[in-house]
Amino acid sequence: MATATGALPRFLHRPTTYNGIWSWVVTVDHKRIGVLYGASALIFFLLGGVEALTIRTQLMRPGSTAVSPDVFSQLFTMHALTMIFLAIMPLGVAFFNLVVPLQIGARDVAFPRLNALSYWVFLFGGVLLNAGWVFGGAAGDGWFAYAPITTSTFSPGPGMNFYVLGLLTLGVSSVAGALNFVVTILNMRAPGMTLMRMPVFTWMALVTSFLLITAMPVITIALIELGFDRFLGTNFFNSAAGGDPILWQHLFWVFGHPEVYILILPAMGIVSEVLPTFSKKPLFGYPFVVFSGLFIGVMGWGVWSHHMFTVGLGAVANATFAITTMLIAVPTGVKIFNWLGTLWGGSLEFKTPMLFAVGFIALFIIGGLSGVSHASPPSDAQQQDTYYIVAHIHYVLFGGAIFGLFAGIYYWFPKFSGRMLNEGLGKLHFALMFFGMNVAFGPMHWLGLDGMPRRIYTYDTAMGWDFWNLVSSLGAYALGIGTLVFIWNTVATLRKPHDAPADPWDGRTLEWAIPSPPPIYNFREIPHVHARDDFWHQKYTEGADGRAVPVPRGGAHQPAAQYGQGHEDTHGIHIPGLSYFPFITALGLGTAGAGIALQQTASLAGVIVMAVGLLVLFFGAYGWAFEPAGPEE
Amino acid sequence: MATTAQRHEQAHPTPAKYAAIAVILALITLVEVGVVYAGVGGLLLPILIVLSATKFGLVAMFYMHLKFDHRLFSALFVGGILLTTAILIALMSLFRVFFS
Amino acid sequence: MATASAPAAHPETTTGLDHRKLLMWAFLGSDCLFFGSLVATYLLYHGKSLTGPYPYEVFNIPYTSVSAFVLLMSSLTMVLALAAIQRGDMRGLKIWLLATALLGSVFLGGQYFEFTTFVEHGLTIKSNLFGSTFFTLTGFHGLHVTVGVIILLSFWVQALRSKIKPEQHLNIELAGLYWHFVDVVWIVIFTVVYLVEAPNIIT
Repeated sequence: MATATGALPRFLHRPTTYNGIWSWVVTVDHKRIGVLYGASALIFFLLGGVEALTIRTQLMRPGSTAVSPDVFSQLFTMHALTMIFLAIMPLGVAFFNLVVPLQIGARDVAFPRLNALSYWVFLFGGVLLNAGWVFGGAAGDGWFAYAPITTSTFSPGPGMNFYVLGLLTLGVSSVAGALNFVVTILNMRAPGMTLMRMPVFTWMALVTSFLLITAMPVITIALIELGFDRFLGTNFFNSAAGGDPILWQHLFWVFGHPEVYILILPAMGIVSEVLPTFSKKPLFGYPFVVFSGLFIGVMGWGVWSHHMFTVGLGAVANATFAITTMLIAVPTGVKIFNWLGTLWGGSLEFKTPMLFAVGFIALFIIGGLSGVSHASPPSDAQQQDTYYIVAHIHYVLFGGAIFGLFAGIYYWFPKFSGRMLNEGLGKLHFALMFFGMNVAFGPMHWLGLDGMPRRIYTYDTAMGWDFWNLVSSLGAYALGIGTLVFIWNTVATLRKPHDAPADPWDGRTLEWAIPSPPPIYNFREIPHVHARDDFWHQKYTEGADGRAVPVPRGGAHQPAAQYGQGHEDTHGIHIPGLSYFPFITALGLGTAGAGIALQQTASLAGVIVMAVGLLVLFFGAYGWAFEPAGPEE
Repeated sequence: MATTAQRHEQAHPTPAKYAAIAVILALITLVEVGVVYAGVGGLLLPILIVLSATKFGLVAMFYMHLKFDHRLFSALFVGGILLTTAILIALMSLFRVFFS
Repeated sequence: MATASAPAAHPETTTGLDHRKLLMWAFLGSDCLFFGSLVATYLLYHGKSLTGPYPYEVFNIPYTSVSAFVLLMSSLTMVLALAAIQRGDMRGLKIWLLATALLGSVFLGGQYFEFTTFVEHGLTIKSNLFGSTFFTLTGFHGLHVTVGVIILLSFWVQALRSKIKPEQHLNIELAGLYWHFVDVVWIVIFTVVYLVEAPNIIT
């Protein structure tokens, strides 16, 4: 909003620093925000990993008392919440931020300050969700928090309050971020970049963003109702007043199943980029992959009650949701065949990203098959709440989402850091992860079918579960070691000088046409796109035998002279102005949330904290609305 | 495809037309209240749904300009409405609201 | 699509549509799910309260019809404010913005009076399922109206101080879209919460 700037206090002038810590607080650059998202998500990933290893230590031997039962409940609850909401989702968003503007040939996202707000709200939401650890116990009622055990009668501690406020805050972040990407992808594509020329990763970012803006409001309402039950004494899930705890299950899973696709679609998009690059072939059946993704996005709304087959919804409901659930396996299968078709006959190059992408396919197939096995209600009745379910979700979310995301990290790390990760350590990381993953989660299938319930604190040796629990825990430690190798590789690489060429993998999409790391304005000249995999077509043409032949004047690994990158004259390129207000607004929101969460334990202090937070929030939003458009000349 | 009519925002209605829409909206509201007091029995619910959907549609099409604007806006809004309605109907079926 | 007709070097956007307007419509699509979930909860719990007061004991259909009419007419004044700024009539803009904010405030005052009357009848957010679902649904709608009134008054103050120019009519259009959305949500609530209850009140 262009208002007169002369009368504004000094503080309201836009910051101008591009160096130091403050430059990260006030940044609106999509690449820096992507790095912030990624780094925060990896830290939360380590936290969730420590929680997982503690769980596996407790379960390694029968009758163990490594942690107390109460702490154990908090560990498995927070492990799930951390991995889902604070690791996998933000890692996906990190790649949206880093890669999508480059793939569509844009200089930034549509709303750079809103983008910064999304990140800061995410960070404060993550802190809120974990704040229970400090204030007398984190949430310990399972990540899907079934009523009525989450009402204040059965869960009086502040843990569930932080669950409610933390997830509400994260929801604000997700919706703000997803709205931004919907507009960015629909409205900021370079000339010629039609929808059917968009890279598959960008497509999946679009589908995921639509799922986020539609699914998050549902969990928001469920959380508000639960919060009102806890704070105001309403009756939403209070069966003594006629309330129905099953409503919570429905609202949670109406959100929860689209959420599953929110977690996996970004990874599917990454794999759809990595496989063609390292096979030197275009993606097999591009339209099928895109439309399968869209179909999954729509169908994902019609399957939620398969999480509730044992509730007793009735034969008609169970049969209906069984059929829709089996149906949604079809587009997923279509994608898998297309990935295999991409590999077929390609000149395969097994660099680390490719290993993780191929690992993704193998492990995701196993997870998908076990998923189909509980699409059938009678079969599900045997598996519900057993370790078989734990095995399934870890094959799809660890073997699937995390492997896909690691493929993305190894693939795009050179682009944004300007440095090549060590291949040897990368392969060691992959080997430990692939091995550890199967050893840790494979045995859970038979533990589950043998009747071991999930979330159980300990077990008796007479149950006969000792051996496979021991094996599973050892596999988990292998995953821990693999993660250490990854950290070592990353830290060591970041201390090296820049060595990455613009196009280290002989890539196909626009992000490889500009230097590594990209300049702040990305493209000096906005590219004109003439084909799907446009950058590949600039480098190669088709020979008489149908094989790719390098274009004579350039060829592979040419220095990126495209889009005027050689020129140093960047005058006239509009860079969005830095801003304090996203951080301030997010800080206010997070503080207000903390104040509300503390109402039950320390009501006066809670009210004060909430009031301060709301004031800061109001100040941030007001300052934002009247912030001058750019640095004053 | 966007036709020229859709891109020309000048095609917006005149204030007189806006006022005419308001009169229609007011009349429908009157009819709604009238139907309620007339006592039409089992027909009440379907009549009310049709009448309120008409009001909803008039505001969305004319005051929110969806009738004249780009189709993408309609797609985003109608998509949200359809998804909401589908979930609502599914939940009401699951809770046996329709066949109790 | 639209780029074909724009031979300029840098078309503003891919679709030719404004970023902010696209954002607003995507947000409204998202907000449908927000209110849809609240309405779903209300309808699923309809008639499930174990104790009173029940809806037919507290609702006053003529009263609510008037306040629904007030909000409906605020949509007219809102769109007239937009028409005013689009033709450069800043005086009209000020009048219609203020009128819209006032009608919205009348609606909110009516809601406040309705809520206090209900509380006097013994209906609170705690008393039964009806109270919990009713106050949550209409309360969140009221919160949306309140935000709308604040936005409208901010623009009105800007217009008074001549800080808003006719070229900035998109700002008013976006505020209008939000305002009309809040209005259509009330059209739904008025029907599924109040009017369907009327036969129980009359008989």
